[in-house]
Amino acid sequence: MGGLPAGRVERDEHEYAQWEKRVDALMMLLSDEDRQLLKVDELRRNIESLGADAYDRMGYYERWMHAIVQTLIQRGVLSIDELGRKLEELEGRGG
Amino acid sequence: MADAAPPRFGVGDRVRVRAATPPGHVRTPYYCRGLVGVVERLCGAFANPEELAYNRPGLPAQPLYRVRFKASDLWPGYAEYPEDVVEIELYQHWLEEAG
Repeated sequence: MGGLPAGRVERDEHEYAQWEKRVDALMMLLSDEDRQLLKVDELRRNIESLGADAYDRMGYYERWMHAIVQTLIQRGVLSIDELGRKLEELEGRGG
Repeated sequence: MADAAPPRFGVGDRVRVRAATPPGHVRTPYYCRGLVGVVERLCGAFANPEELAYNRPGLPAQPLYRVRFKASDLWPGYAEYPEDVVEIELYQHWLEEAG
């Protein structure tokens, strides 16, 4: 990250999970000309502010998802309460 | 871009990358900060990504340069191919005259 020392680059290909494709689509839709609810620079800032531990622990699209949520909170598109209630509802559905 | 800062450097100028470490989203890699390179080309002017990262306009746009560094300046012990160079695109506000 940012030119800091790191290990070898792993050059493996893999299929994307459905949720990963959805995160990609969400990013494209939120940042398009019509909506402009998110700039790629905001996404990057929110990914970089994860800190090294979380950055390494999370997968590529997990970092995107975190950054999309943070940006939408910062922009006032989502409220914390709204997000908390929706997550609570979804967790209940799984049980 | 109409609202752009005028370019301060020309092709061939020696420039030093500022050794600053501000918070936020910065497009200047750590590994070239504080080092001297040569301007290879002017790429145009673009809204400052450090400001865009906070959803601000980032104007006036900052000239963006492609700066050429010797690989051996960037990485100590890089001796095998002494003619190798690395080109990094850097915004004007990160550069100062190296003399």
